[in-house]
Amino acid sequence: MSAKDRSKEGSMKAITANRLRDGEVVFLGEGGRWVESFAEAALFPRAEADDVLAPAKEKAEREQFAVDIYTFEVVEQDGVPVPATMRERIRTAGPTVRLDLGKQSLGKQAA
Amino acid sequence: MNHIAPGARAGIYHYDEIDRQFVAERVEQFRKQVDRRLSGELTEEEFKPIRLMNGLYLQLHAYMLRIAVPYGVMSATQLRKLSAIGRKYDRGYGHFTTRQNLQYNWIKLEDTPAILHELAEVDMHALQTSGNCVRNVTTDPFVGAARDEVVDGRVYAEILRQWTTMHPEFTYLPRKFKIAISGAESDRAAVRIHDVGLLARRNDKGEPGFSFYVGGGLGRSPFVGKLVREWVAQEDFVAYLEAILRVYNQYGRRDNIYKARIKILVHELGLEKFTQEVEEEFARLRGPKYRLDPEIVDGIRQHFAPPPFEELPDHSEALERARASNPAFANWLAVNVAEHKAPGYAIATISLKPAGGIPGDATCDQMDLVADLAERYSFGELRVTHVQNLVLAHVKKDELYDLWKQLDAAGLGSANAGLIGDIIACPGLDYCALANARSIPLAQAISARFADPVRQRTIGELGIKISGCINACGHHHVGAIGILGVDKKGTEYYQITVGGDPTLTTAIGDILGPAVTETEAVDAIEAIVDVYLANRSDESERFIDTLARVGHAPFKERIYAAD
Ligand code: HEM
Ligand code: SF4
Repeated sequence: MSAKDRSKEGSMKAITANRLRDGEVVFLGEGGRWVESFAEAALFPRAEADDVLAPAKEKAEREQFAVDIYTFEVVEQDGVPVPATMRERIRTAGPTVRLDLGKQSLGKQAA
Repeated sequence: MNHIAPGARAGIYHYDEIDRQFVAERVEQFRKQVDRRLSGELTEEEFKPIRLMNGLYLQLHAYMLRIAVPYGVMSATQLRKLSAIGRKYDRGYGHFTTRQNLQYNWIKLEDTPAILHELAEVDMHALQTSGNCVRNVTTDPFVGAARDEVVDGRVYAEILRQWTTMHPEFTYLPRKFKIAISGAESDRAAVRIHDVGLLARRNDKGEPGFSFYVGGGLGRSPFVGKLVREWVAQEDFVAYLEAILRVYNQYGRRDNIYKARIKILVHELGLEKFTQEVEEEFARLRGPKYRLDPEIVDGIRQHFAPPPFEELPDHSEALERARASNPAFANWLAVNVAEHKAPGYAIATISLKPAGGIPGDATCDQMDLVADLAERYSFGELRVTHVQNLVLAHVKKDELYDLWKQLDAAGLGSANAGLIGDIIACPGLDYCALANARSIPLAQAISARFADPVRQRTIGELGIKISGCINACGHHHVGAIGILGVDKKGTEYYQITVGGDPTLTTAIGDILGPAVTETEAVDAIEAIVDVYLANRSDESERFIDTLARVGHAPFKERIYAAD
C-alpha cells in the first residue's frame, strides 16, 4: 500500500491512548467505552474524529483513566481495517521482533 | 563515613547509611506521588517530570523503567535482583543500554514504587537516569583489570555520584548532562561523545590527572568533544568539573531545547572563550573547599581495592590445551578475551549479540546464569559495557574454558566483540515512542547475514551502530558504519553513514548517499564490506583506515550504481 492510498479521502480514524495505571494501549470503542483490542475499536469518518476526540479526551483525563490520547488513521487492507502507520500497527500488535509479547500474543489481534 | 558492609566484595561500592536513607526516602516520596497521580491530585503535566526523575518513561506498549548501574559495575546479587524484577514485573527479560544501564519495557505505573523498593534492597535505584541532571556517570568496563590503566575510573565516578546526587545546582541544568571517565591509556568509554569526557593522563612529572574534553554529544547536532585542558590534578578534579557546570548553568540556552546541550554552548561561544570562562571560574573555586580530601578519596578507593588475586603463572597449560582442542573456544578467546593486569587472569566479554538476536537483550534466565558465573569465576562482580555487552573482569585463565562452555550452552558464547556482529541498536520503533523506524530487525538481519565467525574475523574490527531516530541513542554517528532510521511518508528508510569512530580518534560518520529500504540496507552493508575487502592493503588495515585512504567513491559506486 502506498502512502498516497493511505491519505485518500474517506479513510477512517480511530482514537487511542495509554492507560494511566499500567501504560496499556487502549482504543475508544463503541459507546465511549475503552477497549484493549484494536478489533473492538470504533472507527470514525476522518472529518468527525476530532469532534469525538475532544470530549473523550476530557473525560479520560478527568477520570485519570488514560494519557496521550489522540486519533490515528486507519486504512482497509484485504477488507480488514488496519492502522495506516507502522507505529500504530506496532502499538496495536506488539513489537515486531517479539511476537510472543504484546497484544499479538493474546491471539485477539491480527497484526 | 564510608564503610565496607559485611560480606562486601572487592570492586563494588557499598552504600553507607546516608545513601540508603536517601534512596529509601525517595522511594517513599515517589510512592506517594504515584498515589496522588492515580487519585487525580496531580495532573499528568505535573506528574511527568516527577516520574522522569525516577527513570520512568511512557513508551509505545507500556512504561519503561531505566535502572542505573553506577559506572556500569554491579554485583551478582544485584544482577539476580534485576532478574527477579524482570520476572515478577516485566516479561522475563531486560535491555542493557549504551549508557551501561538496564531498561525494562513492560512496566506498570502502579507497580513502580514496589519495584523501586525491591531495588533499594540491593542498593539500586533509577535516579539520575533521566531529566536535566548529571546522569549516571559511565566508565571503562575493564576498570580495575586493564593492563593499560592509569587510575581507577570507579573511584572518580563514585566521587561524582556522591557529589552530584541531589546537588541543587546540578539537578535543574539547561539539559541532561552526561559524563564519561576513562582511567586507561585507551578509551573504552567513548569519552569524546559525552558532555564532559575525562581521560586519565600523567603529566611531565609522572603524576596522574585528567584531560578534560567538553562539548561532545550525538543527537540532532553531533559534536566531538574538544580538549579544554590537557591536565588537571586529581585533587582539582571536582573543582574543574564544577567550574564547567557553572559556566554551563550560567550561559546554557534554556529557551530552546535543541540548543540547550553544552555542546552547542561550546560551539557558539567558541573553544577559546569557553575555556577562558571555565579557567576564571576554576581560579575562583580552587581552594580548600573544592580540593578533594585525600582521606575521603582513599576511603572510596578502598572499596575498589583489587580482589584477592591468587599468585599465578601467566601461562596456563589448561587454557592452551583447551585452545588447541576446541576451535570455537579458540575463536572466542581470540575475539572476546582481553589481557588482565594480574598474571594468570583474563578479562572476558560476554556478547549479548547472538547472530539474529536482539542487541543488548538478556533473559532473566541468562541474567541468573551470568550472576552465578560471576560468583564462581569473577569475585561476584560484573560490568555492563557501552556497546551493550557484559564483562567478567577477573577470570582465571585456567577457568576460561569452563566459563565459555556454560556461556555457550546458554546462547551467550558468541565470539564477536568489536566485530561486525557486535551491533549497537537502540529499541527503535518496536518500543520507543520517539522512533521513526525500527532498529532491531535491521540489526538482526545484518548479524544473521554475517553469522559465520570466520567471515567476521576476516573482516576484522568494524562497528555497526543503529538508531531509530535522530536522538542517536544507538550511537550511529560514531559507527564505522552507522545507520539512522528515517520515515519517508510512512515508510521506514535507512540512511547509511561511514567513517564514524568512537575511540580517541573520535569522528562523526559521513552520509554515503540517499536513504535505502530495510532489505536494500542489508545488501548495502554487505556491498560496503565487499568493497572494503577488495580494497584493503592488507589484513591489518581496518575498515575505517581503508575508507580514509580510498575515499567514499568506490563504496558509493557499488551501492548506488544500479539506480
Ligand atoms: C526508549 C526510550 C528512550 C527515549 C525516550 C530516549 C530519548 C532520548 C533523547 C530525546 C535523546 C536526545 C537528547 C538530546 O539530544 O538532548 C537521547 C539521546 C541518547 N540516548 Fe536515549 N532514549 C531512549 C532509550 C535509550 C536507550 C535504550 C539507550 C541505549 C541503548 C539510550 C542512550 C542514549 C544516548 C547514548 C544518547 C545520546 C546522547 C547525546 O545526545 O550525546 N537511550 N535519548
Ligand atoms: S534513537 Fe530515537 S528511536 Fe532510538 S531509542 Fe533513542 S529516541 Fe528512541
